[in-house]
Amino acid sequence: MKRCTKLVDVGRRQFLRGSAFAAAGAAAAATMPTEAKATPAAARVDYPSNRLGNVSDLALNEPLDVAYPDDEAPGVLVKLGSPVEGGVGPDGDIVGFTTVCPHKGFPLSYNADDRTFNCPGHYSRFDPEQGGQQIWGQSTMNLPQYVLRVDDKGDIYAEGVDELLYGRLSNVL
Amino acid sequence: MAFKSQTDRLPIVPANARKQNVTCNFCIVGCGYHAYSWPVNKQGGTASSANAFGVDLSEQQPAETDAWYAPSMYNIVKQNGKDVHLAIKPDHACVVNSGLGSVRGARMAELNYSEARSTQQQRLTDPMVWRYGQMQPTSWDDALDLVAQVTAQVIAEQGEDGLFVSAFDHGGAGGGYENTWGTGKLYFGAMKIKNIRIHNRPAYNSEVHATRDMGVGELNNCYEDAELADTIVAIGTNPLETQTNYFLNHWVPNLRGSTVSKKNEQLPGEPHESAKIIIIDPRRTVTVNACEVEAGKENVLHLALNSGTDLALFNALFTYIADQGWIDRDFIDNSTVREGKARPALYPARGESEANPGHLTSFEDALEGNRTSIQDAADITGLNPEDIVKAAEWIAKPKEDGKRRRTMLGYEKGIIWGNDNYRTNGALVNIALATGNIGRPGGGVVRLGGHQEGYVRPSDAHVGRPAAYIDKLLIAGEGGVHHIWACDHYKTTLNADKFKSVYKKRTDMVKDAMNSVPAGDREALIGAIMGAIRQGGLFAVDVDIVPTKIGQACHVWLPAATAGEMNLTSMNGERRMRLTERYMDPPGQAMPDCLVAARIANHMERVLRDMGKGDYADQFKGFDWQTEEDAFMDGYHGNAGGGEFVTYDALREMGTNGFQEPATALQDGKIVGTKRLYTEGVFSTDDGKARFIDAPWRGLEAPGKKEEKEKFTFLINNGRANQVWQNAYLDQESDFVMDRWPYPFIEMNPGDMAEVGVKEGDLVEVYNDNGATQAMVYPTPTARKGETFMLFAFPTGVQGNVVSDGVNELIIPNYKQTWGNIRKISDKPKSVRHLSFKSKEYTG
Repeated sequence: MKRCTKLVDVGRRQFLRGSAFAAAGAAAAATMPTEAKATPAAARVDYPSNRLGNVSDLALNEPLDVAYPDDEAPGVLVKLGSPVEGGVGPDGDIVGFTTVCPHKGFPLSYNADDRTFNCPGHYSRFDPEQGGQQIWGQSTMNLPQYVLRVDDKGDIYAEGVDELLYGRLSNVL
Repeated sequence: MAFKSQTDRLPIVPANARKQNVTCNFCIVGCGYHAYSWPVNKQGGTASSANAFGVDLSEQQPAETDAWYAPSMYNIVKQNGKDVHLAIKPDHACVVNSGLGSVRGARMAELNYSEARSTQQQRLTDPMVWRYGQMQPTSWDDALDLVAQVTAQVIAEQGEDGLFVSAFDHGGAGGGYENTWGTGKLYFGAMKIKNIRIHNRPAYNSEVHATRDMGVGELNNCYEDAELADTIVAIGTNPLETQTNYFLNHWVPNLRGSTVSKKNEQLPGEPHESAKIIIIDPRRTVTVNACEVEAGKENVLHLALNSGTDLALFNALFTYIADQGWIDRDFIDNSTVREGKARPALYPARGESEANPGHLTSFEDALEGNRTSIQDAADITGLNPEDIVKAAEWIAKPKEDGKRRRTMLGYEKGIIWGNDNYRTNGALVNIALATGNIGRPGGGVVRLGGHQEGYVRPSDAHVGRPAAYIDKLLIAGEGGVHHIWACDHYKTTLNADKFKSVYKKRTDMVKDAMNSVPAGDREALIGAIMGAIRQGGLFAVDVDIVPTKIGQACHVWLPAATAGEMNLTSMNGERRMRLTERYMDPPGQAMPDCLVAARIANHMERVLRDMGKGDYADQFKGFDWQTEEDAFMDGYHGNAGGGEFVTYDALREMGTNGFQEPATALQDGKIVGTKRLYTEGVFSTDDGKARFIDAPWRGLEAPGKKEEKEKFTFLINNGRANQVWQNAYLDQESDFVMDRWPYPFIEMNPGDMAEVGVKEGDLVEVYNDNGATQAMVYPTPTARKGETFMLFAFPTGVQGNVVSDGVNELIIPNYKQTWGNIRKISDKPKSVRHLSFKSKEYTG
């Protein structure tokens, strides 16, 4: 109770002080009412454009370990051999995905035989040939996929991710 | 492309966010969650002092962190009329789930009603009535008066048997102790309604009469028993998909061997190792695969028996175990009836009476009646004799030092909705009784469950046994008014094609009559409705949270609130009772079901008094509840066993761990519960002794099933999928779920697909003499030839259309034994073209 009373007192003093300032301002008839300035922030995170490799680094159906958007966020690039939605490169078949399971953050492994990502934690499976669709599992989202760009030299850049990455409340920390 | 939300960040939960207890709305497991809410114009920060998790959120968090939540766990909802942020996160301190969230429960937040984020805009916000040829909003008083007037008039003309009721009897969302009591007091207290059915079956009956008749309540163990068992037997269940976090958090550790230290600590003096598991299911499920991954194939025995032959298998196991002497003689002597009873005259064709289709007796009599050789069982079930013997050894062969094996037997819809429900259920309980595996650590013969439970009602004895087959009576033109509570028979009943066709005709008669008079002339309206009812019409009232398929036929919709929009209590599969606190407002004028029931009662009392039926009107007194807590105190607190120790305040204190029912005391503000039932060896019968059942095999029992099997090519086995809760009443508006399953899948062997001439993703018609429905082909090499599996109760293809009306003696439906033919409808539609059809089995 004591503490509450104190807080009320503080509030009253501040109110009185504010009124006094307002009165002074009105007398001067020139200054604007005091207000806190909002810190401007973008509506979306700014993704870095990071070079993850070159098309010549990729062998068919062999995942290449990468990290994006920073070293704490492991992922892979995979050349699938046939064009898929979201695929880049000369054959439209290169895709990039996080390898952290969006359910509980366990590391996914790639099964080259049926081209799936598999989670040892709770058996979730994702299909890189279908945009990371969860084939079966406990995740409430499909597997976050990289937005990729390939330049004239064949360098592969990641420039975005299409779902929230596990373990961070902002994709860019 | 697969559905992506393009979420790149989420608001941080501030340190001073409001934190409330939530038990998952959905499955029997009842995982613990917390709802965090905070003003919409505030947010936390990354500094550990600025967020509710107390950690530095500018860093990547590790696997299994408590300091992260997924986009599906977030929404903006109304709290006391104001927008607030809401995050519903799994609770790491809850002993049920230890922080795990399933693909269903972890979507609770985004499945809530949000005007700001346009989620679940399908929710009913106002009472609606049929007016000018469509459903139109109205006031509660107007809608309730119409319901009460028609109901009272029908009762006046036809008696209470003219009022048909379909009502949930479960816990979780769409149920709970408050709401089963509200509806129960209305229909079993104020009235004595006999023509009533439950949400998933066409009568008011138990799904497991046999185990109850034998004295063994079906939820008799605790989840820890799955950690302590030497052997787990899973029958007709796919727990990785349908009791997910029970399986992941309590079965898997035992299969991995990581509970051996707990076993040594709690159960010293006997050898312990990792569990073996027997899975009895015609289908190879993802559960079988996960068990093989965790326990090694040598510790997993999948008995893929012929559909519907479980009874023959159980009797052979019982016989073999008894003949080997692997029984618990002391338990049998002390805790089961020792005097046999003569077999009923017409047994096994007929039981002791219409109400009791079995023969409950002593161990010796049951053994004699059920005697089945391993070879005979192998012939019936299609299993290898060696595998049946191996199963018997894993269940009951004593451990190295002669100590009896601790075996837990868990079962669900595979046998509940399966052939010869009563005797099959009982024959399984025989095995548990013979081996002393009830009331002891590592044991139990238990339902694994569908919904949570939450049943407290006045006596239903007047309903009788066998209970009325409601669907048949409705199809036959019986009844004048139908009250429906959170049920959608158009999606979830058997013989659904026929049911829908008749139901539409009967309710259309009333709609046409209502169209013939001005809606504002109440007297003329009631007169027109009653005229149509006298001609065979049916007036239908639907109480639900969303517009349902059966609601399309109804004349009044009453909007209900769900868990979290009201305080709601339930218990899970180990009888663990918790309170989900109200963390948001219900949409519009929606109210908790218990209060809807109370207001119906209030209007009935008034209308009956106006009709000069004062004595009858007096029966509707006692519904002056203003809150769900009033209903709880009147119902659970006043009527449930141990209810006197349970209040909302005490439950709030008990948090997400709650207590296990029944409550036995209140000590220092904490409710004392009951970890296991029957620990003293005293069972739920008049004399405290459990019964064995004499239950010989008699083939496919439900009328017409044998002929259907002979006539049609494919078994249309059916059941649930991981992502989908119940009949998808909320999931049908989930982009994530509908992106994966725009149509119900039907798993087919590739050889069968070639013979029918279909490819992956093709839409096919499934048909037989009961009706037809559609599904999407999912190639499944592990599916046996001639045996398909279709997703049950899905809105874009209702499996129940092809299920016959054949039921057992106690009106238990037999969904699982359905046979039909399959033909192609079309190639993949657009919504199917981007889908993955790869195997659902984890490969490592």
